Amino acid sequence: MSEQQWPLYEVFIRSRSGLSHRHAGSVHAADDEMALTNARDTYTRRSEGVSIWVVRSDRIVASDPAETAAFFEPAEDKIYRHPTFYEIPDEVENL
Amino acid sequence: MSGKQLSAAYATRLGDNALVLGQRMIELVAASPELEEELANANFSLDYIGQARMFYTYAGDCEGNGRTEDDLAFQRPEHEYSNLLLVEQPNGHFGDSTVRSVLFESWYVLLLDALTRCDDAGIAEIAARAIKEVRYHLRHSSRWLVRLGDGTEESHARVQASLDDLWRYTGEMFSADALDEAMLKECRGPDLAVVEAQWRENVAAIVAEATLDLPGDQWMASGGKQGQHTEHFGYLLAEMQYLQRTYPGAEW
Repeated sequence: MSEQQWPLYEVFIRSRSGLSHRHAGSVHAADDEMALTNARDTYTRRSEGVSIWVVRSDRIVASDPAETAAFFEPAEDKIYRHPTFYEIPDEVENL
Repeated sequence: MSGKQLSAAYATRLGDNALVLGQRMIELVAASPELEEELANANFSLDYIGQARMFYTYAGDCEGNGRTEDDLAFQRPEHEYSNLLLVEQPNGHFGDSTVRSVLFESWYVLLLDALTRCDDAGIAEIAARAIKEVRYHLRHSSRWLVRLGDGTEESHARVQASLDDLWRYTGEMFSADALDEAMLKECRGPDLAVVEAQWRENVAAIVAEATLDLPGDQWMASGGKQGQHTEHFGYLLAEMQYLQRTYPGAEW
């Protein structure tokens, strides 16, 4: 019997309509279809979601921690890019 | 048989199938090859036990003697259980359990579907809830059958043997006894001949996709509905009922 591990998939769940998918965790699965059912069985048992995305972890392109300075630091001193100078009406939810 | 008696007997039988398969699957807890499969199996077995609770509670109400779901599950002897022989068969290896699930669930979804339209509102209501769970179980089990059948040479051979071994327990699902007849006539319940034709078509399609051979017509075991069980069943009940038999009425 092969001791090879199934590939890892990242799981994203939308908890209700109108919200965006959020990373919930990961599952192992032999293929895409199994990844979706495994995600359903692992992460939505307590009615956490209305929609699931799965994607193979090795297909995610991630930023390199070594390049954190070049990637993120230039944004830190540009306060004028934040929409903090507007007043948000109380009626607006989920912002 | 009065309407209430019919409802009680039929709901008990449905509860027996669900409880016994649920108990068999519970035996597999902590034995799955992968964590994700472990969770799925435990969820599914709890789905079945949940269905059994609903059917037993309804059966107890119809019966009117004050028996509870626990009385029906834990206080009856072997010959009063009317579950199919198929669901009491031992778990065997992963392929055996998978085939058992595919054969039973392919039948059970069709039965539940027919029951959602029957005249017994209590049973129809439980069936409508249960069918959503079982549709997903069947999807899971049939995907595994395809994966194993169309997998390696070894998985193909082993799951073909599982299919050949368990096939003899499928005939009982379609041989209508007096209770099935009464349910059909008096409550517009499932017509097992119609269920059989659809089941054959659905199972043949899954088996073909799994590149397996459908077993031919053969001698079929029966007796579960009449309380005549295979030798494995006594051991299952002994373990499941141990606590209530040893400490009657124990609660936590």
